[in-house]
Amino acid sequence: MALHAEEKGLLSGNGIKWALVALIDIALLYVVFLMYAQGEVLFPLTLLVLGALGNWIFTNKKGYAYRYVYPCLLGIMMFVIFPLLYTFSISFTNYGTKNLLTLQRVKEIHLQKEVKTGDQAYNLALYQQGDQYQLLLTDKNDSRHQLTTVPFTMPKEAVKLSTENGNAIREGSKKLIMRDIMKQRTNLGNISIPLSADSSLVMSSLREFSAMAPQYMEGKNDELIERISGAVLKPDHTSGFYVDAEGNQLSPGFSVYVGAENYDSLASDAGMREPFFKIFVWTIIFAGLTVLFTVTVGLLLSILMQWEPLRERGIYRVLLILPYAVPAFISILIFKGLFNQNFGEINMILEMLFGIRPEWMTNPTFARSMILIVNTWLGYPYMMIVCMGLLKAIPDSLYEASAIDGAGPWQNLIHITLPNVAKPLAPILIASFAFNFNNFVLIDLLTGGGPMMPGTSIEAGFTDLLVSFTFRTAFVAGQDFGLASAIATIIFIIVALMSWVNLRAIRKSEEV
Amino acid sequence: MAMVQSRNLVYRVWAARLVMVFMICLVMFPFLMIISVSFRSGNFATGSLIPENPSLEHWAMVLGIPYTMADGSVVNPTFPVMTWLWNSIKVSAISSGLILLLSTTGAYAFARLRFRFKNNLLTSMMILQMFPAVLALVAIHAFFNRLGDAVPWLGPNTHSALIMSYLGGITMHIWLIKGYFESIDKALEESASIDGATPWQAFYHILLPLSVPILAVVFVLSFIGVIGEYPVASILLQSVDQQTLAVGIKQFLYAQNYLWGDFAAAAVLTGMPITIVFLMAQRYLVSGLTAGGVKG
Repeated sequence: MALHAEEKGLLSGNGIKWALVALIDIALLYVVFLMYAQGEVLFPLTLLVLGALGNWIFTNKKGYAYRYVYPCLLGIMMFVIFPLLYTFSISFTNYGTKNLLTLQRVKEIHLQKEVKTGDQAYNLALYQQGDQYQLLLTDKNDSRHQLTTVPFTMPKEAVKLSTENGNAIREGSKKLIMRDIMKQRTNLGNISIPLSADSSLVMSSLREFSAMAPQYMEGKNDELIERISGAVLKPDHTSGFYVDAEGNQLSPGFSVYVGAENYDSLASDAGMREPFFKIFVWTIIFAGLTVLFTVTVGLLLSILMQWEPLRERGIYRVLLILPYAVPAFISILIFKGLFNQNFGEINMILEMLFGIRPEWMTNPTFARSMILIVNTWLGYPYMMIVCMGLLKAIPDSLYEASAIDGAGPWQNLIHITLPNVAKPLAPILIASFAFNFNNFVLIDLLTGGGPMMPGTSIEAGFTDLLVSFTFRTAFVAGQDFGLASAIATIIFIIVALMSWVNLRAIRKSEEV
Repeated sequence: MAMVQSRNLVYRVWAARLVMVFMICLVMFPFLMIISVSFRSGNFATGSLIPENPSLEHWAMVLGIPYTMADGSVVNPTFPVMTWLWNSIKVSAISSGLILLLSTTGAYAFARLRFRFKNNLLTSMMILQMFPAVLALVAIHAFFNRLGDAVPWLGPNTHSALIMSYLGGITMHIWLIKGYFESIDKALEESASIDGATPWQAFYHILLPLSVPILAVVFVLSFIGVIGEYPVASILLQSVDQQTLAVGIKQFLYAQNYLWGDFAAAAVLTGMPITIVFLMAQRYLVSGLTAGGVKG
């Protein structure tokens, strides 16, 4: 009976199931093959392992329960765990603008390079008949030696034209003058005329075609051999470039493992260590003060919001929650405009009232204050909502007792409210600290990390957090992915520490 | 005595009101200002909260309509704001749908089925939630670059890549749905399985119909989350027409091309619907969010 029912289940309709599994497997294998063909190892391997696991789970009865979990775990594995591990592994490479590709791809690029062999050059003449063209090439050294192509239409993409013996310019063709040749210049550039197996004629100027041949041949062990000189270029697996006998590097480079070099330079290069340390300290100050300010404002407002005699509390609640409801990227940009030094409304009001125009964007101290002001504005509603929930849980009898003893609101706050809220609030404060520690959106949209620190060997800003510093290193200045990943790995460790502390705080708050 | 007490109370109520009104002024100032700016003429205009000579030029820009100025010259829209909004809605709707699919099935297994490593998986998911995607941008960038070499429609600058990258952010939703499932009595499903229903049938025909409210909440939650997502979208989407609102809208405020008025109109137009959806959903969110600590 149970078996019969299972046959009808959606996940075990046998024919459809096998067809689906086969289809997905073929698609997956195709992608794996394509990536592997491009010289990748890590990605296709990951896909293969995850795919095999999926196959087992969806075809084997023992894996039944995992069928429900596999899809969501797949998402988490591919886009949370894998990126973390991959960042870690990139931090030991020199992956960056100069060393972007795999060795395989770099070799291919070099092998595709062509150079003029120099010995053979032909003057060109172009003949036209309707939309058919023919090229007549005359050897520069020996004018009796001529090559004539088959008739062709002007090619938009690369083509090979043959010049078999016996071709002749057709009767009635018109020889084109230089001006017309110039018009066809790009099209003519698409033509190559094979001379031998590895060299061909390509247009080298408006007047001539000359012989081109690949610059390099492939040697053993990924070496490149220069065709003309016979010089051998070896891939240098420590610098990530092909180098010749004198040690000259050939761009582009490929990414290689460089050991702890990125971490070393963070620790030893003073031009890097100092900004890194300053940013680290500011990140902690920023996250700490944000938590302090938001929780103070949020708690006080939530206490007022719970206060019975204040009858219109409902309206306050809706209005005060607004900064939380408006998408952050919009409100941050609104503040960016309002705080604009020259045309911003805030400076206009400040000038009208006090006659001052603070330099919010160029003075480090003002910029940091602005960030804290904006982030407090953005963050207090969340704390307010949380605290309102926690305050409800405090029994009224405590306040009644204190009222009988004649305690004022201040004493109530210190002796009843705070001690009761502290424990359940602790994990939330830690989570908020962790969130703001990595508050990339705020920094990137508001100041972009600026104003810049002077005299550093790596670009760094006074308002940069570690995470926006990573972003800057990776995507804004220089594109040094290896170094950026090293910084990101350091942040991982800090975040891991914070989450460990947080788990402990949650356990403690649950003990109560 | 009672007299004194109540007069004291009246003062305190008024003091509290004063504090509240002051706070509300601080909170509302940016919003009122931005609405006002969106109706001012020109991008550098200053003035009072209610514009002296209101103009619809910025709204026309944002809606993609060429606007004829007072002097007869025609100004063409600078950025495709409506395209951005559409991109945002498309990406958010599709990824929220997929996220819902993944997290519902996952939550069912965690709430109802028994299997090895269940608790280990739950704990590790909770820890992983602490590592935001912004920390692994380099890896995500490299991943889609190299995937794009093999499968162009999953490469950088495509919406499908962006949607895929969002499928990792489901931990919080799994926890939310799992909690809801656990609050539903098992008896119904148990009696169904005695009648011969598979776990899938029990899930699909019994548990799911009972859980529509939480599914709606999770959909809205993830929709709002995705529509406001900035870091990953900003590294994956390069061309202006592919960008989402969160990535595109900051281009109004570049120093070399400062379009404060146009930005204001764009912000009001696009921020309004998102805010309204959020306010409608927020009372459901509170309980779920206090457990996670996601924003602020």
